[in-house]
Amino acid sequence: MYLRNDDRPQGSRLYLRVAVAGGLAVALFAILFFRLWNLQVLSGDEYLAEAKNNRTREFKVIAPRGDILDREGEVLVDNRTSLALQLNTAKLPEDPAEERAELARLGELAHMSLRKVRRTIAESEEVAAGAPVTLRTDVGYDLIAYIEENQDEFPGVAVQRVFVRHYPNGSLAAHVLGNVGEIEEDELKEPRYRNLEPGDEIGQAGAEAAYDRYLRGVPGRTRIQVNALGQPTPGGQLVSTPPTPGDSLKLTIDGDAQRAGEEGLASRGLPGAFVSMNIENGQILALGSFPTYDPTVLTEDMTQQQVNQLYRDPVLAPLVNRATEGAYPTGSIFKIITALAALENGKITPDTVVQDNGQIEVGTDTFENAGGEAHGAVELRRALQVSSDVYFYLLGLDMWNTGELQEWAHKMGIARPAELDLPEEAEGLLPTQQWRNQLFKEKLTDRPWSAGDNIQLATGQGDLQTDPLQMAIAYAALGNGGKIVAPHVGMEVEDAAGRVLKEFDPGIRRQFHIDPGYRSAILEGLHLAAQEGDGTGAGVFGGFPIPIAGKTGTAERRGHADQSWFAALSPYPNPRIVTVATIEEGGFGAESAAPVVLRLLEAIYDKRASEVSSAGGSE
Amino acid sequence: MNTYATRTRNTRPEPFAVHVGLGERLGLAHMDWPLTIAAVGLIACSVFTLGQATQNDVPGDPNYFVERQAIYALLGIVGMVLLTRIDYSRFRELRVGIYTFLCASITLVFFFGFAARGSRRAFELPFFSFQPSELGKLLLVLALAGFVIDGARRGSEVQRTVRYLCLGLAPAALVFLQPDLGTSLVFGAATLAVMYFGGIPWTHFAVIGGVLTALVALVLVVAPATGFPLLKGYQEERLTSFLNPDEHASGAGYQQNQSVVAIGSGQETGRGDKATQTRLDFVPERHTDFIFAVIGERYGFMGAALVLSLYALLFWRALRIVTLSKNSYGALVAGGIAITLLFQTFVNVGMNLGIMPITGIPLPLMSYGGSSVVATFLAVGVLQSINVQAHLSQKGRFAW
Repeated sequence: MYLRNDDRPQGSRLYLRVAVAGGLAVALFAILFFRLWNLQVLSGDEYLAEAKNNRTREFKVIAPRGDILDREGEVLVDNRTSLALQLNTAKLPEDPAEERAELARLGELAHMSLRKVRRTIAESEEVAAGAPVTLRTDVGYDLIAYIEENQDEFPGVAVQRVFVRHYPNGSLAAHVLGNVGEIEEDELKEPRYRNLEPGDEIGQAGAEAAYDRYLRGVPGRTRIQVNALGQPTPGGQLVSTPPTPGDSLKLTIDGDAQRAGEEGLASRGLPGAFVSMNIENGQILALGSFPTYDPTVLTEDMTQQQVNQLYRDPVLAPLVNRATEGAYPTGSIFKIITALAALENGKITPDTVVQDNGQIEVGTDTFENAGGEAHGAVELRRALQVSSDVYFYLLGLDMWNTGELQEWAHKMGIARPAELDLPEEAEGLLPTQQWRNQLFKEKLTDRPWSAGDNIQLATGQGDLQTDPLQMAIAYAALGNGGKIVAPHVGMEVEDAAGRVLKEFDPGIRRQFHIDPGYRSAILEGLHLAAQEGDGTGAGVFGGFPIPIAGKTGTAERRGHADQSWFAALSPYPNPRIVTVATIEEGGFGAESAAPVVLRLLEAIYDKRASEVSSAGGSE
Repeated sequence: MNTYATRTRNTRPEPFAVHVGLGERLGLAHMDWPLTIAAVGLIACSVFTLGQATQNDVPGDPNYFVERQAIYALLGIVGMVLLTRIDYSRFRELRVGIYTFLCASITLVFFFGFAARGSRRAFELPFFSFQPSELGKLLLVLALAGFVIDGARRGSEVQRTVRYLCLGLAPAALVFLQPDLGTSLVFGAATLAVMYFGGIPWTHFAVIGGVLTALVALVLVVAPATGFPLLKGYQEERLTSFLNPDEHASGAGYQQNQSVVAIGSGQETGRGDKATQTRLDFVPERHTDFIFAVIGERYGFMGAALVLSLYALLFWRALRIVTLSKNSYGALVAGGIAITLLFQTFVNVGMNLGIMPITGIPLPLMSYGGSSVVATFLAVGVLQSINVQAHLSQKGRFAW
């Protein structure tokens, strides 16, 4: 024992222990230095990268979508800002019980059941995995204040200012405008949606979809420095790219005409559609379908009833654009095509007289005029004025197996894609000899092509399926002397300052020759029909100050009451505008479709009085 | 105390003594200046680092931590100087009183201390909070060294070993109950250090080592497995997570991961004010337990190595003083203080570097905190006193 306090401790034994302690200290310091060297000098780069990655968060700044305007600049769609309650599911507590508790608390605040919260999350994950889930839009400031004050209780919950489409005119032009929605997973792979991310909004229908790339804009990026809790730190904004707002789209639509047409349709309360188009350049002035819907409901949380009304009603189907997706027989408005085919193929001249006894018999079948009325001796103009079916039955019979009628119908765009610049379009059906014989061969129908089929087609009946837009194109071709226009609703793209960036003028698609004499004869017959004497439309248009050329149509549609049609070229004799309307189960053409066209023309010419007087001459 | 100075002048000059008026008048002629430089250098680094790294920590008071740490430093330095002039041997006579005060002050914290984060460790005094267990590290060494000297000839070696262990582990147990696992480990280290320099046979240390290993296994493995955990869950997690930090990346391992990333990102020369890990709260407790990470990130390998070098200097001088002591009590006290400081430094820096568990042991003279700073300076003062007394007794002639 070396302890003897009065003296110095015994040297050698103490020194041994001090030496061991010193050795230990050297070893420990060597460990620390080695570790320090290893971390800072050997692996410093990795840790520096990790530290930098640690402290920044990138936020996307949503770009507002461009407005959609009518041709006069009236706003049809713009944006309003809304506060959305968003949830980043990656930041939810890992513990299932805690997660459940948080979701329940959230649900209570957002007035949603826990089940609905979970379903919303699941649905959103399916569409866009990883994107923040929007639980509710248009949340109030009191809710936001509460969540911000209690941020600890709501990990992963954020309130984001979002832009929501706003429709100042409600349902006006809903089918033209379309709507926006979150991009879907398979859409993300399409080249035109390159650079988009889950959760981004794109146009899903109508002009919103067709002109999405102009309207969309480019989101901005803000990279900010955050602390360990993910909270932004003062002065910590590192990089910021401001969002580029989308450009505005000016449509060819005339808001007033659109409104008049929709009111006209709605006043009948029956499904129907209308289109009004410039016959020279294909600009659509008005295009509507009834029943319609207010796109605003698509920007909000929908009730089950609203969902059912919009998506699950096969009869009214408000989302269907009947002007471009309808599939109807047209009745007598088809007769201009029959007339042209017969004239151009030398079957008749404008002055060929036919005896209309009210009916014709072909084989065992009898084809009657509507109402069985006999019109006596009629030539082309008179036949059009009074809508003599017999006159056209005979033409149909004359061409029953020549294909000449089908050839002209095809030329004029019947049952062909109109290639409107809206995504929603149906092709339709033009019955031909080959088509029916093929069906018969495949035993899908009970008989081959017969004269009766062509007789029906000559008056726009039978198997024909077309829509108001195709008929408008056909009438436009008559009016402009054989040019098939490219119908379009997009007129120009403007930037936020109103500068025109791009004008849309797709020109004409194709052209064929129409004898001017035949054209003016048909137009004259149409004018007589619309406005003179016992013309079928004279009751409606007799007092209309602008001369027009128009035709009524009453189509027999299987399983339905008669469908009402009216097609008009105006002003007569040098038309510039074609207007077509149809109303399902609307009865005679003059009964319900013609008044819709009248309201459209009133609205259009109310503004364009000067244009009309120069174009239309005097009357 | 002019007598010291007078005598000194008449004897041979000391290599590290400064023969100028001020030093003599303060009676500091025989102070170990490298030790002083190491201690003051460390606290200077601490104040400098706090000044740069804690500007935004207390809203409206950018210098909150700096000012207080500077005041603690001054108090500590004054205390160190006063102790330098006192003959430490008096503490041996006061060992029972010191030991009683130690145990009483720790016990009183249970009743009068204020609770912070679920643990009662300190008294709230008008200007600062006093944590008895910090001063207790020094008091335990002073008292236990006295008991060891005093009992050197009583009982068998085994009895002595058990007696010293009990004397040392009683306050350690009290601290453990606060609960303050880290400080109780320091108490344990101090006890073993005093016993080690007190000449306890190597065989006894082997047994103690074996028992400790078994105990750790019992506490960390057997007890939780049998359903009677002795540690609180967070304590156990903190102790074991460093073994596998990624597994606990969001829990206990998080702090350590962030600390390692902070130090690593400092590279050779540090990131200065571009530091993010320790500036943006990724590293918690950056002014106390994780201040070494702040130095590592802000000043890089150069800064961290400088600090480690100052500690190396400190321990070299402390161990040197062990050999210089005029009596065994001095050697035991110096050895106890040296090992205690070494233990704290290694555990804390190791914790910052991700190679030691998180135990909440402050880094001596670096971590912010009045009790720790003042108590460490007092311990350095005791070392200085041993040095001074060695020179005065003219018996110290061994120097490294």
